[in-house]
Amino acid sequence: MTDTTHRARAPEIVDRVIIRFAGDSGDGMQLTGDRFTTTSALYGNDLATLPDFPAEIRAPAGTLAGVSAFQVHISDHDITTPGDAPNVLVAMNPAALRSQIGRVAPGATIILNADAFDERHLTKAGYAADPRHDGSLDAYTLYEVPMTSLTKGAVTPLGIKPRDAERSKNFFALGLISWMYTRPVEPTLEWIARRFVAKPDVAEANTAAFKAGHAFGETAELFDHPYEIQPAVLPAGTYTNINGNTALAWGLVAASQLSKMPLFLGSYPITPASDILHELSKHKNFGVRTLQAEDEIAGIGAAVGAAYGGHLGVTTTSGPGMALKAETMGLVVNLELPLLVIDIQRGGPSTGLPTKTEQADLLMAYYGRHGEAPLPIVAPKSPSHCFEVAIEAARIALEYRTPVVVLSDGYLANGTEPWKLPDVDALPDLTVTFATEANHVGDDGEPVFWPYVRDPETLARSWALPGTPGLMHRIGGLEKEEGSGNVSYDPANHELMVRLRADKVAGIADSIPDVEVTGDVEDAELLVLGWGSTWGAIDGAMSRAREAGHRIAHAHLVHLNPFPRNLGDVLRRYPRVLVPEMNLGQLSRLVRAEYLVDARSVSKVRGLPFTAAELEQAIVDQLKDQA
Amino acid sequence: MTDTAIPVTTRKDWTSDQEVRWCPGCGDYSILAAVQLLMPDLGIRREDTVFVSGIGCAARFPYYMNTYGMHTIHGRAPAIATGLALARPDLHVFVVSGDGDALSIGGNHLIHALRRNVNITILLFNNQIYGLTKGQYSPTSEVGKVTKSTPFGSLDTPFNPVSVAIGAEATFVARTHDMDRRHMMEVIQRAFEHRGASLVEIYQNCNVFNDGAFETITAKVNRDDMLIPLRHAEPIRFGADGGKGVVIDSQRGAHIVDVADVGEAALLVHDETRDDPSVAFMLSRLARGPQEPTPIGVFRDVVRPDYGEGVSSQIAAAQAERGPGELAALLRSGATWDVN
Repeated sequence: MTDTTHRARAPEIVDRVIIRFAGDSGDGMQLTGDRFTTTSALYGNDLATLPDFPAEIRAPAGTLAGVSAFQVHISDHDITTPGDAPNVLVAMNPAALRSQIGRVAPGATIILNADAFDERHLTKAGYAADPRHDGSLDAYTLYEVPMTSLTKGAVTPLGIKPRDAERSKNFFALGLISWMYTRPVEPTLEWIARRFVAKPDVAEANTAAFKAGHAFGETAELFDHPYEIQPAVLPAGTYTNINGNTALAWGLVAASQLSKMPLFLGSYPITPASDILHELSKHKNFGVRTLQAEDEIAGIGAAVGAAYGGHLGVTTTSGPGMALKAETMGLVVNLELPLLVIDIQRGGPSTGLPTKTEQADLLMAYYGRHGEAPLPIVAPKSPSHCFEVAIEAARIALEYRTPVVVLSDGYLANGTEPWKLPDVDALPDLTVTFATEANHVGDDGEPVFWPYVRDPETLARSWALPGTPGLMHRIGGLEKEEGSGNVSYDPANHELMVRLRADKVAGIADSIPDVEVTGDVEDAELLVLGWGSTWGAIDGAMSRAREAGHRIAHAHLVHLNPFPRNLGDVLRRYPRVLVPEMNLGQLSRLVRAEYLVDARSVSKVRGLPFTAAELEQAIVDQLKDQA
Repeated sequence: MTDTAIPVTTRKDWTSDQEVRWCPGCGDYSILAAVQLLMPDLGIRREDTVFVSGIGCAARFPYYMNTYGMHTIHGRAPAIATGLALARPDLHVFVVSGDGDALSIGGNHLIHALRRNVNITILLFNNQIYGLTKGQYSPTSEVGKVTKSTPFGSLDTPFNPVSVAIGAEATFVARTHDMDRRHMMEVIQRAFEHRGASLVEIYQNCNVFNDGAFETITAKVNRDDMLIPLRHAEPIRFGADGGKGVVIDSQRGAHIVDVADVGEAALLVHDETRDDPSVAFMLSRLARGPQEPTPIGVFRDVVRPDYGEGVSSQIAAAQAERGPGELAALLRSGATWDVN
């Protein structure tokens, strides 16, 4: 007996692990996952996360509808997805177990909060029999830990009421998993102290629960030994762990600094975009103005007004909001003013799946306005990439005087990854040259300012800010005469303007890089063409398919309108083209129409990102089909 | 540039080279003339002045002003002007709107611009009809109005724009009409000088689709008896010999009396600056429509912080406390680690 308690339980080294925390919406699973992630990031692992929570703030406790989950994939090497099937599931109650078990591969470890497996909770979750005893979990390694009572036991001696004490059980779970995966405890303890500085009894309770969980792992005979995942070998630099919405917000702040134009955000709260508003509202010392508008239309309207005044105008939203903004986007196409419209896509149509991810707004971004109203579209491929894409969107908007749509999605918005911080001095200069003097001679021989005199290269119009003496002019949504900008109903002028606006957007292709091809560039049997957040899963799937002996290439579009100049050549270079999208085939439709290639669609519209395994299968099936 | 004196200008300097395209006889012409005549007196520069409009006949206004201007989309001018005014507190931002634009499709933006107290001057041309779409009833049309879209008479209870504005927490609310240039200029100047959002309802005749809608009260021969001039700190009275007046009692609220019956001392003394809006609201309800004696002038002019000043001072305070933002520091504001 002494042998076992004192046995040096050396950690077993593993190269990666996927852990999924699941519990009631009120159980603090997002916080638990987030803390585990941050500690792992600081430890030096590569990682990717997938928060997966319901739209309801607190659905009835113990029900399937109320389950909130957080998946994190940590590894000692470069990874691009939050992982396919979890190796470890932490389930705080029967509903969490029942709703998540389908995702967990046989052989995985399941850690249950045994205290929650009473008849009432089992019934609420829809279990007829206790799954712990009916053989249904035989394929898993099951650990039953009475987390609620152990937490109470650790916390109530501090003088905290049992009902309040119970709330710290997520920290118990965090402590236990931190022991299992040999995470340093200091970052979490320091974080608790900082976060709850105003509520010392909560800080104390959470600290006690966390330590109790950690000690339980160490001393209980339940677990054989802990595991360790060594730091990943990543390029040298300073890193931070970042989600897409924060990266986007910081990218907007950066674009404001690079353009020397104050940032103005007009926005209306909407999931999953609101965090950008929250983040930017903190940074007033950067001169950032944020307006929480009365509705989506006012959000973009205020951004247009600010853009007209020379600010970097931005509106952030999700699909339902972009639908409402459509008329104003058309106005800005006509005004030819820079504006960023950021759509954090979610499941649709209508209210759809507010907290779940989808990529089904591409065609809305392309065509969702009346009249011929083309505008550029860009899409980030990973959480940290949102930073770069925000700057690129601002570059296009400012250089070409056009609204630009950024298509992020719920997965990128909330998912995190380590980000090697860029050298801020190496970021592009986005300075705009405003008109300060007349650019035309009027019929009366007097110099005059014409707002629609264009740069011959970019077709961008002259831009004079209100406040500039002598350049007073009027712009608006009515068709304008090329050059003077006066209202014009002339048939030939309208056709000219429609074509000029289209040519201007098409010409942006001259300023963007060719799409890069990775993998078996020379001799692939199949090209996977992706855009947006599918990048990580495609990359993972391609690696696996190549390891299995297939020759695969991958091209990923950041610029969706216009497409890179070489895209047609790339698509025609390979015998097969597969386009995975979280929609029913929107990009594949566009490239088929544009390039007459037989691009095949792989769709997933389940509110969840593709897993690498799903795409690997799709690649293999496609090769089989067409063999 | 700002050190130099404001140049002396005339109406001509504020008039653009664009041909005015309202119907001959439209009330909009007299409003345009009043505004163009007023501008030289406001002590501002043309380049610092912006007219923003939505859609409708009134919304063509910016094209005729030699200032900066934006003719936008239906109902959204207050929202767009809000962004401009917040971004550029150095500018003088006017919104020109109509009854359909401001109170129907754009009702939401109007009330929120007013309650926020954004520093903009809103001129609401009320002709009680849709003109540009050729004669449908509007949200200010009287009940029972027969139009192309209501051949059996409209069923909608109209908005009273002054009541709406007072209810929306507006800090400056006034009414004037297109038949009295001097009154228009006085009231619009007051609205311009008010810090924060100001709304001026301008009764405007649409001689094509709703001719004579305000004639009962604005025709020269009727004005003395039908218009109730509101003058700050003066008893409210009207009529050829000042024989009518307004009193408030606890039973009937504000109502019209013969001064001879109640005595001058009983008359309500108008106080634009009264913080409680209920008296101004009662005054806005004196007439059920422009067929009854109707108050004109400034209903309400109270001081409340201007939204844009609040936005700017939060930025200034953040910069004073934390210094101007540094991008490199922002990127390192979360937990970071080094890989060597």
